[in-house]
Amino acid sequence: MESSQTHWVSIHPLVVRITHWVNALAILIMVTSGWRIYNASPIFPFRIPNEITLGGWLAGSLQWHFAAMWLLVANGIVYVTYGIVSGHFRRKLFPLTPRAVWHDVREAFRGKLAHEDLSMYNAAQRAAYLAIIFCLVVLVFTGLVIWKPVQFYAIGQFMGDYEGARILHFCAMALMVFIVLVHILMVILVPRTFPTMITGRARRAS
Amino acid sequence: MKKRTMATSLAAHSPKLIRSVERRLFLRQGLSVGALAMLSGCNLTDDESVQQVLEGMSRWNDRAQALIFSQTRLAPEFPESAITKPFPFNAFYTEAEVTVVDGKDYKLELAGMIRDKKPWTLPELYALPQTSQITRHICVEGWSAIGKWSGVRFSDFLARIGADTTAKYIGFDCADDYSTSIDMATALHPQTLLTFRFADEILPPKYGFPMKLRIPTKLGFKNPKHIVAMTVTNEYPGGYWEDQGYNWFSGS
Repeated sequence: MESSQTHWVSIHPLVVRITHWVNALAILIMVTSGWRIYNASPIFPFRIPNEITLGGWLAGSLQWHFAAMWLLVANGIVYVTYGIVSGHFRRKLFPLTPRAVWHDVREAFRGKLAHEDLSMYNAAQRAAYLAIIFCLVVLVFTGLVIWKPVQFYAIGQFMGDYEGARILHFCAMALMVFIVLVHILMVILVPRTFPTMITGRARRAS
Repeated sequence: MKKRTMATSLAAHSPKLIRSVERRLFLRQGLSVGALAMLSGCNLTDDESVQQVLEGMSRWNDRAQALIFSQTRLAPEFPESAITKPFPFNAFYTEAEVTVVDGKDYKLELAGMIRDKKPWTLPELYALPQTSQITRHICVEGWSAIGKWSGVRFSDFLARIGADTTAKYIGFDCADDYSTSIDMATALHPQTLLTFRFADEILPPKYGFPMKLRIPTKLGFKNPKHIVAMTVTNEYPGGYWEDQGYNWFSGS
């Protein structure tokens, strides 16, 4: 498929690209509607400005949140199943050592982080992407307990029941939003990664 | 092949590159505009087609919750020491505007698919076998509070009046012009109580005198206070908050 004079390589499989953008949309809806739901009864001494929330009022935000949750979960199941079955996770996200993450994060702050070959994630990327997946898993399970504290009472016992789940749900959201913001910052700093997540292809680094 | 042209133009350092950069900027701006449109959620949510999708998803969520709901799974019960004091007042009006029902003239009206529609006075209701529960009230807003309610098991009351338990809904009308409705499965749940007492005292007006239907497997707003009439029906009765967009099933 590759022409000989241009060295274009396939970076992101179609499944990864589709689930990435569906996930981005689902997360945008979940986070902005979730902020408005949080505002109805804040658990910390602050509120989220209504201007950056979705839904208009509590009932509207709840409708968005409980509609987009199906999109998030269905998409997540497709992505995780694909990641495990195809070996995508094993190839792209592992191996990963704390040492390598520490090294690459320091390099990134010095502005020297290597991401020449877009088909390879450096250790900082691997840690960030795994952390987002972890946050989403925590968000889904704490979310289930908040949504149905009686029906999912057993799951709630691992996270301090309904009240504990609310706090964890917020903290996982905050960590995920932070990582997503760093992720977007990195894309702005290395713009050629952006079309790659749409077309799936990139020019091979020489 | 379209992909290939775009790829080639990106590779070549030519005016084409500028076009491609413009395209990319356009795409990015497009995404930002989309994000902004979303964030100003009010307008988007008011859009009729969006509203239809959200309503449709809410009906889907009603069905999903009915599937998840178990008639035998019980809401957790708590010790007396866990009771929240003072228990929060919550309604669609302020505490100063609480409806005060006159207990002497009070009658609970029954309608719909019920064999014996004779209205019930308070002394008659108080004479029924009573039971208590200390359960957690969870509000749709997110806060929760633990309280103690006492009254008659609702499934016993439904059996006593000869309610047709194959009906889909039970609707409630309240003295404060509030209304709500529940599914039959929840109505028959062993912890669903028609309560007359809060913290071992006759329900004060602010907690719903003369009676509140206590349903620990549903959110707070599905627990009607000041009930004056109930209807067993197959026609969707809706409710005060439900008609404004809050999810109907609202189980917990």
